[in-house]
Amino acid sequence: MSTDSTKLSVTETVAAVASGLLSKAELHAAWLDRAGLDDLNALSWVSDSPELVHGDGPLGGVPLGVKDLFCTEGVPSQSGSKILEGYLPPYTATVVEALAQAGAPLIAKTHQDEFAMGSSNENCAFGPVLNPWDRGRVPGGSSGGSAAAVAAGLVPWALGTDTGGSIRQPAALCGVVGLKPTYGSVSRYGMIAFASSLDQAGPITRTVADAGLLYSQMTGKDPRDATSVEHPDSVEPVVPMDLTGVRLGVPEELTGEGVEPGVREAFEATLDLARSLGATVAPCPLPHAPHALSAYYLIAPAECSSNLARLDGVRFGLRVDPDEGLDGMYGATRAAGFGPEVRRRIMLGTYALSSGYYDAYYGRAQRVRTLISQDFDSAFEDFDAIVTPTSPSVAFELGSKTADPLSMYLSDFCTVPMSLAGIPAISIPNGLSDGLPVGFQIAGPAFSENRILGIAAALEDGLKFDGSPAWIA
Amino acid sequence: MIELEPVIGLEIHVQLATKTKMFCGCEPVFGENPNTRTCPVCLGLPGALPVINERAVDFGLRLGLALGCELANRSIFHRKNYFYADLPKGYQISQFDEPLCSGGFLDGVRIHRVHLEEDAAKLVHSSSSGRIQGADSSVVDFNRGGTPLAEIVTEPDITSAAQAREWLSLLRTTVKSLGISDVSMEEGSLRCDANISLRPVGETTLGTKTELKNMNSFRFVEKGIEAEIERQRELIQSGGTVVQETLHFDPRSGSLTALRSKEEAHDYRYFPEPDLLPVAVGPEMIKAAQDSLPELPAARASRYEEEFGLASELAQRLAFNGDLGDLFEATAAICGAGSDARLVATWVNGEVSSRVDEGSDQTVEPEALAELLGLLEDDKITTAAARGILDTLIEHGGSPADLVESQGLGKVGGGDELSAAVDAAIASDPEAAAKVAAGEQKALGPLVGLVMKATQGRADGGEVRALIFSKLADS
Ligand SMILES: [Zn+2]
Repeated sequence: MSTDSTKLSVTETVAAVASGLLSKAELHAAWLDRAGLDDLNALSWVSDSPELVHGDGPLGGVPLGVKDLFCTEGVPSQSGSKILEGYLPPYTATVVEALAQAGAPLIAKTHQDEFAMGSSNENCAFGPVLNPWDRGRVPGGSSGGSAAAVAAGLVPWALGTDTGGSIRQPAALCGVVGLKPTYGSVSRYGMIAFASSLDQAGPITRTVADAGLLYSQMTGKDPRDATSVEHPDSVEPVVPMDLTGVRLGVPEELTGEGVEPGVREAFEATLDLARSLGATVAPCPLPHAPHALSAYYLIAPAECSSNLARLDGVRFGLRVDPDEGLDGMYGATRAAGFGPEVRRRIMLGTYALSSGYYDAYYGRAQRVRTLISQDFDSAFEDFDAIVTPTSPSVAFELGSKTADPLSMYLSDFCTVPMSLAGIPAISIPNGLSDGLPVGFQIAGPAFSENRILGIAAALEDGLKFDGSPAWIA
Repeated sequence: MIELEPVIGLEIHVQLATKTKMFCGCEPVFGENPNTRTCPVCLGLPGALPVINERAVDFGLRLGLALGCELANRSIFHRKNYFYADLPKGYQISQFDEPLCSGGFLDGVRIHRVHLEEDAAKLVHSSSSGRIQGADSSVVDFNRGGTPLAEIVTEPDITSAAQAREWLSLLRTTVKSLGISDVSMEEGSLRCDANISLRPVGETTLGTKTELKNMNSFRFVEKGIEAEIERQRELIQSGGTVVQETLHFDPRSGSLTALRSKEEAHDYRYFPEPDLLPVAVGPEMIKAAQDSLPELPAARASRYEEEFGLASELAQRLAFNGDLGDLFEATAAICGAGSDARLVATWVNGEVSSRVDEGSDQTVEPEALAELLGLLEDDKITTAAARGILDTLIEHGGSPADLVESQGLGKVGGGDELSAAVDAAIASDPEAAAKVAAGEQKALGPLVGLVMKATQGRADGGEVRALIFSKLADS
């Protein structure tokens, strides 16, 4: 079989390998060729091994792209930051290790916003990633490298992480599928943390079935992550769900003001498709959702201000020592190593946790978070899933929002509430607006991955989205 | 002048002797090569996550029960954020407003709380003092980093340096009996800080306190607190005011120096550790901790009263200092029922405890002590000789009978040797002898002293006096 094998979905590739139509060696060589075509700055590292190191297992030897922030033994793991430039961890993240064992070996690592803070990948210390649909535009963030690499066909599938939308939003902007799983259903051990109570790893793939396949091998309790849990259901191979009688809720709070007309149009068309497949669509109130972004921008910075304290120049990474004592070294190292957005969030978070302000900021944000969770709980009494546009806009031009952090933060308006509630949500491409992909988000209650994947697959069949224009020739 | 009374509260850190560290699988071992007991978790490498050591929680529960605390069925770990080279994550995982145990009581001192946390790494500074001031460079050994600690905080119920030392000794005995720590101040598995203030007697509000750190032996705890009380007393009585600060006690010079205030100006920005779930303590965990509780010092003291007929104060002194209690029990067992356990108790409490530092390995073996007290009871040696033999036993070891034999320490009595010594004494001080003969009792002293000197204390004082009288009466 020729390099055309790379045009297959992973699910198809796994079947081809299993039936002997395709050898793992051919597969690996073909994808090394593809990875070599990167002209998007999507990949931060590509394997130089001509052979697969791992490859047995249900994932058929289909190689994997992995976001920079996953620790991979002996392979640069920089989290998009100068402070970790060239950092080679002594161990591999649980999920990367598990996927390699399951037959998806690491082939490349992907660029990201620094410490996963950003919605455009412009906060990457190693240069912005370009959107393969339009190289003048951003791929979204923070898992922009993974989304762009999958969209451009540089890797067959990839791992991203999502804290407030960092899998779903770049998936939407690049026209691929991105699943943020239930918080705790995937180990965080070995993921360089941004906000511990929100971070969650998930697949970025070309098809819904591929997302389900990768997720099925990622989920599980890890004894090294105290917040991880066993998935109560076994994650089944994805089959499109019969949408007859499936109740979809549309929260006005997340679909009204601020959503671009082209995005709204695609959203309405997908709702029509769902109705035509038998689903019912009705408004679904999420009264506290409009406060999600404010709560998120207190909780996430607070946690990151603490998580990033270990980047102190003492044991690893960058050290700048002006010989002014320990405090001098800390200050100089961190000033030189962190980019402006990271510094902004560390300062925000430090302030929010300060004594005397804790209750007013962090404490209050946590109470809002509880209210948002309760909103979802009651919504799921009446609805099987909640649907929104993934991002209020399509991919925007490079540099267009960098001067205005607030407008950048609004990119996550539709994705942050699910992150705060810890529930799973998937973004699928549901059309184009002015030639740029639009994303459709489907969220369900905790551990309902099988359900939202089934709904997504049903819509995917009807949408027949064509991602080939992004493919690097 | 106003009379001032000290008000003292203690903060004690106990390293828990678990097989693995508080949040990772590394084995905490004292004295290994630097940085050989580490992993991504206790080095604070990017991406590493903590997992609570259940054994440490169990140990914490035992401690809470032994101190009469209330055990929380849900407690929370927080992050205590500050930058320092011995703190790899930039925060310490500790407990804040929901500790594992709260509100207890031990021998007149209320326990405020007991909580769990992780130890910092060890900094080694290349300065002559071993302190960071003036050091050219510092290195970090992460072997200790992440070792489980239980922090015990008392209410300010202690009123003297001596009481602080005694109470700390009782606490050490209690913890040791639980088998949850080595409780060695020398090796740092038991550490004590003290909060000290003074107030006019009768006043109920607290004065400004200072925190005294680095008292790494029982003696230094007493000396350090004593020194700080005196410093504050002089300051207040000369019209000054105490400033809230942290003081470092230098055991060599006995001096107190303030740590730079910059080092104290922390806002720790506590918040719940998002990498851990709350600690849920179920009834079965509490039951297991209860079942594992040994005889506690108070119960041990009552048993000494009943079983050995000791006076309550003596029983308590022994039971509350576990090393002494252990020595007493072992020695009494060897001596057997026929002998007087009260003699053993008196000796352990008096002679032994005045010679042996608490927690020190240099002590007397129970077999040797039993043999020594047997010789004393059988009238083979005098008390003075026994004291001298005890010195030798503690310093060099050996067998008391052999020492008596080889050094000729057997009691001089009845025979010619004593008679000759008395004769010699009378001959060398005829003036005193004449006075005694004339009925002047006070003159007896110099004569007895001469006999004791000649016999190196091996003679019995009563026997010597009787012999002098009889000889002078005869003459
Ligand atoms: Zn460790």
